[in-house]
Amino acid sequence: MSQVLNASFSRRGLLGLGAGLAVASTLAGCAGASTSGGGDVTFFSTQFAPVEEKQRFEKILTEYVKDVKVGFNALPSAADFNTQLKSQVDAKKVSIGVAAAIHGDLAPLGDYLDNVDDLVADAKAAGITDDLLTLGKMGTAQQKYIPWMQASYVVCVNKKALEWLPSGADVNALTYDQFLQWAVDANKANGKPVFGFPAGPKGLYHRFFQGYLLPSFTGGVVSRWTSDDAVKGWTWMQEFWKNCNPASTNYEFMQEPLARGEVLVAWDHVARLVAAPKDKPEDWIMVPAPIGDKGLGYMLIVAGMAVPKGGDKAQAAKVIKALSAPAAQVELLRQNAFFPVVKADLPTDLPGPIKLAAEAIEKQATSPKALLALPPVGLGAKDGEFGQVFKDVFRETCLQGADPKATITKYATNLETILAGAKVPCWAPDPAADVCKVG
Amino acid sequence: MVEATGPAVVAPSRRPRRLSPAFWLILPSIILMLLLFAYPMFVGIRAAFVEGDGGGFTMANWARMVNDPQFWPAVRNTVLLIVVIIPLQFLFAMIMALLLQAKPRGSAVYFYLWAIPLAVSDLAAGLVWLSIFSDQGYLNSVLVDLGLQPFAWLSYQNPQTQFLAVTLAELWRATSLVLVIVVSGMQGIPKDYDEAAAVFGANYWQRLWQVTMPLLRPSLQVALILRTILAFQTFAVAQALTGESFPLLVGETYRWYSALSNPNVASAYALVIMAVSMVTAVIYLRALRDESRQVKR
Repeated sequence: MSQVLNASFSRRGLLGLGAGLAVASTLAGCAGASTSGGGDVTFFSTQFAPVEEKQRFEKILTEYVKDVKVGFNALPSAADFNTQLKSQVDAKKVSIGVAAAIHGDLAPLGDYLDNVDDLVADAKAAGITDDLLTLGKMGTAQQKYIPWMQASYVVCVNKKALEWLPSGADVNALTYDQFLQWAVDANKANGKPVFGFPAGPKGLYHRFFQGYLLPSFTGGVVSRWTSDDAVKGWTWMQEFWKNCNPASTNYEFMQEPLARGEVLVAWDHVARLVAAPKDKPEDWIMVPAPIGDKGLGYMLIVAGMAVPKGGDKAQAAKVIKALSAPAAQVELLRQNAFFPVVKADLPTDLPGPIKLAAEAIEKQATSPKALLALPPVGLGAKDGEFGQVFKDVFRETCLQGADPKATITKYATNLETILAGAKVPCWAPDPAADVCKVG
Repeated sequence: MVEATGPAVVAPSRRPRRLSPAFWLILPSIILMLLLFAYPMFVGIRAAFVEGDGGGFTMANWARMVNDPQFWPAVRNTVLLIVVIIPLQFLFAMIMALLLQAKPRGSAVYFYLWAIPLAVSDLAAGLVWLSIFSDQGYLNSVLVDLGLQPFAWLSYQNPQTQFLAVTLAELWRATSLVLVIVVSGMQGIPKDYDEAAAVFGANYWQRLWQVTMPLLRPSLQVALILRTILAFQTFAVAQALTGESFPLLVGETYRWYSALSNPNVASAYALVIMAVSMVTAVIYLRALRDESRQVKR
């Protein structure tokens, strides 16, 4: 350092240097968060931001996308993803090749996405179902994205817990009453609750209310918010919570307490369950969520690959096609525990936990009583506040013992405010109305 | 402690002229301050009073904040924490500083040991204490080894032990800040006063109360203001230990900003914290300043 400082610069030279630096840094600032990622095509995604998942996905990209060199760029915040994509399209300077995100994140971007109708034939040939492709139209006549991968939430069971299963109950087709009875009996037998619930600060428990409890009890979520069936559902939840490990308010990924043996049965996102059976897969099973009066409500997470308007569609199409190939999809399942959207014969050498999860997801989706629910569609940044309403109701009814009917009535206004601000149509399982309203 | 006793420097005769070079020299820093402090602050304050991203004026954000079920618990917890922690921290810091002052063997080592928590980030400190208080943590392991029942210290069902855990962790983490300030204040006190008092027959307590404490007042004032403002900002420790079941004001600000993606309500929270911090600082300054004036008379 001292040498540099002592070196004699002319004043003009120093000024020049300073000006040069200022210009250089300003230009660098203009580039903003680089989305180039170092390839011919940039794959821009809200998924696989954690470094290990990212590395595994980059490996899949190099191995399965042969025609073009793909740079991968992950931005976990859906709001940032949204801003980045919109500003690039608005500026007509699109460096994003493929924009990949879950359905709910892509839905508000419809106007910014090119149609990919010409890729549908290939997608169908690869075995992507019509149901998923219809979701990819996002309520328009055009195909806005090609489904990329899917995931869901299931129940992970340590086989030890099976001995307290109510007699005559099929663990793969439990009703909510049987599930509750199971939790009660297991609690009594152990002297402490052995069921868990991901109700920690970063837990996904609001998805249980949105995709499982309320659809199964009421057949809807928002449109049936204050119905008597909803009261029944929340009352069930109160009873169930009494038989959950009280440490559940700190659980975020259920695989951790499951692996530690703190809980034996828990519902969660498959990606947050697969590490539990890792060491001894033979000790575990994964089963579909319970069935309620209105069906087996379950939440489907679909991620899609889209092309921003003004992007290089030909190049992007190559990437989309390559990633839709069954082999690439199976590899994605093996590496990052997201499930294929195409018909792929699952190889027999799949890691044990992933096989368990794959079976449970299939049983859940193909159940005759299955009732599909989606994560909030089009709420964008409001998704957090929307989820918070469910969390607040949970806290008041379950943790503080408030009356369910009074509580949901109280929070109906909150929900109404959020939806009124968002002005979005309802999503499954609520009937698609022009603007979603609390019922 | 240095006081200007001489007459004020005579101001140079005023006459219209070019702006002084001093102005040009401080201009860059003024611009920087405007850009990095004034502007963000303006945007932040404005956000609390507008709808969404630059909409019209509204008080709805404030209504949402006050009506949030976590708001009053957060206020209560924050105030409770401050009321309990600050006196305890000053007590501990004073005792520790006086022990160090007595220069026991290896006092330098003690000082460094006691200052370690200063170097630990608050989230890390929270995680350290989490490993102690969690259901299968060290504390419960010890209890089980002793043949006792483990206890769910951090469960939402036990708000008292939650509070106890957060208090302990904060005490451990932040007392050293007070200690460092108090120790440096003590080192600035000339020994002569203490020795003089001793010569006149004052015992230890008299010297402590009549000599050391008054001379330490400026340091205590600094420590008190710093610590209280920082205490209003406590949240990483509570977040790590109790998740969301022990809400604090800053934790709520963070939750509204990040998890709920609502910067407007988050700004309202931040303004509440700022207002309360400023009021407390002014109260401290007034209380301690007036007294010191009386001493001088």
